[in-house]
Amino acid sequence: MTERGITHASFTLERRYKATPARVFKALSDPATKAKWFNPPEAWGKDEHTMDFRIGGIETSVGGPPGGAVHAFKAIYQDIVPNQRIIYTYDMALDDVRISVSLASFELIADGDHTLLKLTEMGAYLDGFGDGNAIRKEGTSILLDNLGAHLVRESAN
Amino acid sequence: MLNQHTDLDLMFQALADPTRRAMIDRLSRGPASVSELAKPFDMSLPAVVQHLQALENSGLVSSQKVGRVRTVQIQPDALSLAEQWINDRRTMWVKRLDRVGDLLAETENEPETRT
Repeated sequence: MTERGITHASFTLERRYKATPARVFKALSDPATKAKWFNPPEAWGKDEHTMDFRIGGIETSVGGPPGGAVHAFKAIYQDIVPNQRIIYTYDMALDDVRISVSLASFELIADGDHTLLKLTEMGAYLDGFGDGNAIRKEGTSILLDNLGAHLVRESAN
Repeated sequence: MLNQHTDLDLMFQALADPTRRAMIDRLSRGPASVSELAKPFDMSLPAVVQHLQALENSGLVSSQKVGRVRTVQIQPDALSLAEQWINDRRTMWVKRLDRVGDLLAETENEPETRT
């Protein structure tokens, strides 16, 4: 039987790009440009990506590790202010089991000839992800690699 | 924020050190005694024990003493699934935002198109 429960978590990332808000906004909103950076992890290969960038429009990305669970991302654009703000909500499913429902906000703040991009994700993670095996399978070692790589980047910043 | 934020901080600290990452790497292949773990490193046993204590405090490994031998093992459940998940999301976005930066740098001199 599935044990029901929700864990809430959030994170914020900030980047300062040497670019106008218009260029950063285009990278986030133009499907052809977005396809160049919105990749899943490299080992997964190419995802199936669709994007209808307007308020109420839907974006989907479906992919996953070879032989592993199919990860399906489905987002709805909730608010768009050109060159200033993008907010979408999304859910993630692993092999048809919904594992999370999240809110993602992108804020663009002009700063001289730079733009500050602030990403905040707030998520509700559901039911310990079914039995959780799909995620656990990918292994503690990958996780530790990620944590290590993350630390290196953090300390480099 | 995550409830176990302090635990995560301890884990990040524990993994900041290359010796401790190498120990985790060794332990991910199975439990080992302290002297087995110490073998590849050119350091005193007390120094090795100190690294192991940092790992143990972070919750990444646990150890048991049987007779005179202390055996160390990895704790795969140290991070809850939710923590693993949020970390994966965060790491993925760190990479994505790096790529956005690369892309913006590459296209810096292209004329801006009106949309």
